[in-house]
Amino acid sequence: MARMTMIEAVRSAMDVSMARDDNVVVFGEDVGYFGGVFRCTQGLQAKYGKTRCFDTPISESGIVGTAIGMAAYGLKPCVEIQFADYMYPAYDQLTQEAARIRYRSNGDFTCPIVVRMPTGGGIFGGQTHSQSPEALFTHVCGLKVVVPSNPYDAKGLLIAAIEDPDPVMFLEPKRLYNGPFDGHHERPVTPWSKHDLGEVPEGHFTIPIGKAEIRRTGSAVTVVAYGTMVHVALAAAEDAGIDAEVIDLRSLLPLDLDTIVKSVTKTGRCVVVHEATLTSGFGAEVVSLVQEHCFYHLEAPVVRVAGWDTPYPHAQEWDYFPGPGRVGRALAEVMEA
Amino acid sequence: MVESARLSLHVPEPAVRPGGHPDFSNVKIAKAGSVPRPEVDVASEDIRDLAYSIIRVLNRDGEAVGPWAGSLTDEELLTGLRNMMKLRAFDARMLMAQRQGKTSFYMQHLGEEAVSCAFRKALQKGDMNFPTYRQAGLLIADDYPMVEMMNQIYSNESDPLRGRQLPIMYSSKEHGFFTISGNLATQYVQAVGWAMASAIKNDSRIAAAWIGDGSTAESDFHSALVFASTYKAPVILNIVNNQWAISTFQGIARGGSGTFAARGLGFGIPALRVDGNDYLAVHAVARWAAERARRNLGPTLIEYVTYRVGAHSTSDDPSAYRPKTESEAWPLGDPVLRLKKHLIVRGVWSEERHTQAEAEILDEVIEAQRQAEGHGTLHDGGKPSVRDIFEGVYAEMPPHIRRQRQKAGY
Repeated sequence: MARMTMIEAVRSAMDVSMARDDNVVVFGEDVGYFGGVFRCTQGLQAKYGKTRCFDTPISESGIVGTAIGMAAYGLKPCVEIQFADYMYPAYDQLTQEAARIRYRSNGDFTCPIVVRMPTGGGIFGGQTHSQSPEALFTHVCGLKVVVPSNPYDAKGLLIAAIEDPDPVMFLEPKRLYNGPFDGHHERPVTPWSKHDLGEVPEGHFTIPIGKAEIRRTGSAVTVVAYGTMVHVALAAAEDAGIDAEVIDLRSLLPLDLDTIVKSVTKTGRCVVVHEATLTSGFGAEVVSLVQEHCFYHLEAPVVRVAGWDTPYPHAQEWDYFPGPGRVGRALAEVMEA
Repeated sequence: MVESARLSLHVPEPAVRPGGHPDFSNVKIAKAGSVPRPEVDVASEDIRDLAYSIIRVLNRDGEAVGPWAGSLTDEELLTGLRNMMKLRAFDARMLMAQRQGKTSFYMQHLGEEAVSCAFRKALQKGDMNFPTYRQAGLLIADDYPMVEMMNQIYSNESDPLRGRQLPIMYSSKEHGFFTISGNLATQYVQAVGWAMASAIKNDSRIAAAWIGDGSTAESDFHSALVFASTYKAPVILNIVNNQWAISTFQGIARGGSGTFAARGLGFGIPALRVDGNDYLAVHAVARWAAERARRNLGPTLIEYVTYRVGAHSTSDDPSAYRPKTESEAWPLGDPVLRLKKHLIVRGVWSEERHTQAEAEILDEVIEAQRQAEGHGTLHDGGKPSVRDIFEGVYAEMPPHIRRQRQKAGY
């Protein structure tokens, strides 16, 4: 075991995977010599050579398009989109190509690629460095979508993603890269080294894609969250003194519906929290499933807490970001209903 | 201050529209045999002229002339002719089948048979094409069974793609034919990635990217060129300039006064233009590019100058946007007739043998069609199972798709 930040855990996952399998290649803008703008790939080029970890032209569609071709050849590309906000030029390649190659060729060709991208806000990145585009991927059949909330999961899930036979979108909450975040922006970020989940095995291990984790057990209300919002939800439950059960989804597609249904059936109440904008966000899917599967157990309408339906502002970041205050008010609302 | 007129937008137009007389006087055709054949390790800047001229081997008398001639044996040329004739007969039958309601859609290759048939013969087993919808000749020339192609077109119970793809969007890893996408240009950059992978693994296999003239306007075309150039990928970047992108003439995507081939020059990629209706020229140029790629000399861009004689697809009506007789006026002729003439001049073919071959090929195609229709057509006979809708989205079926399959009753 070693203490790792999420950046180190992500790097370790690629390192372990590259060491185990010669077919794993890592590339993207600035990821080679420099090691990435967040340093997630630092040292990989020096260790594995520049044909297995290299810099690319600034062309997201080119990065994903070449990765698809490499996967068709038999490699396992793990590519980086520098910020999730820059993923859109590659969206065509991801949704109409990577997602469908297995299906349309009846398994003749497959697309085992991983597309890593730093996501979410909380670092004063403004409109173009803070987006959470996960719902754009969960709507696409053929993709898998993973969002870790801590270093331990980040490593186990990323290794699983690299070994997965299908394309995986791996969204890394950049607010959590260096330490857990309790949602109170005026308080300093605690380093992962003081957190249980910052303890990460140095070697190979995987966490299955499609399995949620219960981060806090409780019986009064279920809070469904993922990524940075898991930490906000935990803080809100503590602050409000509510016996909330907090589910960390980890994988949005496939989704661990059983864990959600089991919990909401038990608590009878549900709050869904995400950082992405509200309308048609992933929360809408969770709420639909909860009403479909738990309707007769519900004691209050399900409530969503999300980013506002506006672009991500720079100066008003902490008014945009769903913090423990907003989540706490939602918890109070469902408890009073 | 300089006096100037009001600005106005320039919108290119083809020389002639329906009702007019076809005019290809602006298409500059180099004399057969006149374009030099450089060594494969030539620098792109030393052969800039080849991006503006047209490499041709067959002259008007049916003779093979010049430095690009002589790469094929009699037997290989006879096989080439047979493959093009087979593709043409296949097209005719499948076009008719679509008109008879046996499938929803078809796209023919009329006039462009030489491009894919000759190109395939310049590749080796294990190489990979990333084709568009008009390169079925890659499969025909590699002896992929016509029955399988028809099963795919009919989406019947024996369709290798289980009814999931539009007709003609074939897939065959074994025959080096990547699953076709209807989204334009996406696969151009994928081909570069495949070639990069082959280089990463120190393999000897190469890739071929395919695109039409219209789709070169897509950003993925440019992404592919920058990646191919940056990493010197062992890839052949093919542009089939058949003059028309559905109803839009090639001048819209091309712009200015350059050629499609010339786009490679800015990336330092050797670029050649070739007579796409000349089986010998296509093969010679493709072989040159394949050798470059295999010798780790990097990518080559090839523009095939040809003409789409048929409609874009069975949903298109070319008489609405171009003169009906335009294809007859196309100055580079018909690829089948040109190769036939050459083989007769060469003394290895005759009108009688050609007529006989046509009849044999037609029988072969009809027999394949009979077999395929025995497995069903789009609206009649055997179909893939509804269960096939749900299979194969992922390697392992996730719970939500399983629930939906069960809900559908399967």
